[in-house]
Amino acid sequence: MSGVSGKTVRLGAGAGYAGDRIEPARELAEEGHLDYLCFECVAERTIALAHAERRRNPDAGYDAMLEARLRAVLPGCRRNGTRIISNMGGANPLGAARAAARVAGEIGFDGLRIAAVMGDDILAELLSDISGPNPGIELPENFPPHNRIVSANVYSGIDGIREALRQGADIVLTGRVSDPALFVAPLAHEFGWRDEDWGRLGQATFVGHLLECAGQLTGGYFADPGFKDVPDLARLGFPFADVSEDGTAVFGKVPGTGGCIRPQTCKEQLLYEILDPGAYLQPHVTADCRDVTFVELGGDRVRMTGATGRPRPDMLKASVGYFDGYVGEGQLSYAGPGADARARAALAIVRDRLELRGIRPREARYDIIGVDSIDARAAAVRLNTPPDELRIRVSARVDDEVTARAIGEEVESLYTNGPAGGGGCTKTWREVIAVAPLMVSRSMLSEHIHFEFSHAAS
Amino acid sequence: MLLRDVAHARTGDKGDIVQIAVFPYRDADYEWLRERLTSSVVCGYLGFADGAAERYELPNLPALNFVLRRPLGENVTRTLALDVHGKCQSSLLLAMPLERPVPTETDDAGR
Repeated sequence: MSGVSGKTVRLGAGAGYAGDRIEPARELAEEGHLDYLCFECVAERTIALAHAERRRNPDAGYDAMLEARLRAVLPGCRRNGTRIISNMGGANPLGAARAAARVAGEIGFDGLRIAAVMGDDILAELLSDISGPNPGIELPENFPPHNRIVSANVYSGIDGIREALRQGADIVLTGRVSDPALFVAPLAHEFGWRDEDWGRLGQATFVGHLLECAGQLTGGYFADPGFKDVPDLARLGFPFADVSEDGTAVFGKVPGTGGCIRPQTCKEQLLYEILDPGAYLQPHVTADCRDVTFVELGGDRVRMTGATGRPRPDMLKASVGYFDGYVGEGQLSYAGPGADARARAALAIVRDRLELRGIRPREARYDIIGVDSIDARAAAVRLNTPPDELRIRVSARVDDEVTARAIGEEVESLYTNGPAGGGGCTKTWREVIAVAPLMVSRSMLSEHIHFEFSHAAS
Repeated sequence: MLLRDVAHARTGDKGDIVQIAVFPYRDADYEWLRERLTSSVVCGYLGFADGAAERYELPNLPALNFVLRRPLGENVTRTLALDVHGKCQSSLLLAMPLERPVPTETDDAGR
């Protein structure tokens, strides 16, 4: 039965992605009266990129903003008894824990227990399995060639984080973990949920899902002036949730911060990145949000009830990062009368130039920003009068760095060799690390925890 | 009238999927939107291949959730598109012209 103890646990969302704003997290740490502050900082490709970085520097591979975030929130968190959970460990949770211990010591906190949760990195096991005589892992169609694979990480669930909390961690840093698990784990720890409490775990999963993108619950990615007005996005507050033992929650934010929490913002975030609302597959539960109800309580507070859960899936999802060639890109602007004709001529010239040089991209796009770079139907269908300010964009996938550079160079050379008045060239190239999904058995994941301790500088 | 006048929407992405959830501002508009916004209508309007979409109905929220599969080889981590995630797609969808059905005496749906 819910409400027996009346206990609630307050979880705050400190970041919705790796580069997110820091001040809202500081506000939550200082004034949010949180039990836990959770930072979700790993996108689909983040860990693959971090692995590539770690190849160059073995101490790297964790979130570049880890130190800055901890400096901002640790004083408030220590004062308010708030524990910190994050996947900022990226490709190197141990390195992240060491860095966190160093930062905590430098700003005067002694003896903090900082847990690195590891085990999500299955690259060695994957490669040995699929290269061996009797591969046990079933590879999907179009799986990348083995020699291009740079990383493989399985999405872990709540177990590692919960165990770290049980062992008294003040800060928990993980690698790849399902995003909602960052929030479900502390709830399971606090309320003593069993692994088969599917209903509570399902409800808690959607609480975590609403929080994990931080500002996307409080009016970010929502505002549409005149239709959906949101106050003061420059000072957007990040959300927290007061969660009860039955997994139901009331969402709120620090008074005085920007943004808003309304049933509309909650509904949009509820379905964000959800495919089948009846089967949101998590390592710890199959969650179902079809019967969720939001009730506005006023004062930027909304109650959520009604999510449920069923037994967890048998298999775990993994992300496999692989080297996928190079992409080169160039952009250049045209304006005034005839900008459209000059932009089109410019694109045709770049096409011809690549052909004359014998460059055959595996794939290429010739866009006009302002006409058809976003909406592929637009040029032909709707846009009768193109704007007087347009920007061409050529982007191509090629096999080597030199050719990738040539794409932008051919756009740049339009300055002196192309149509009149081309201005503001930018050119970029990059090595592409792409990500392919893979389903693996649960036995591939063997989580373990290592503790670091901070030593205050005297 | 445009879809934008009666509904709001949000795009999410997952691998080779663009997901768009559509929410009527008024619950009463859900039923006729459900009839008009079929997955093939949405696919066609946004220029996705026919049959690339699956629709999930959420009458309680209420909302319609569209799951659109990108062409082979297109996904967030390797696309050449400027909007790599497809985040602009929900706004494009809201430009769809629509007409609210005129209620009859026996049918007051949509009011």
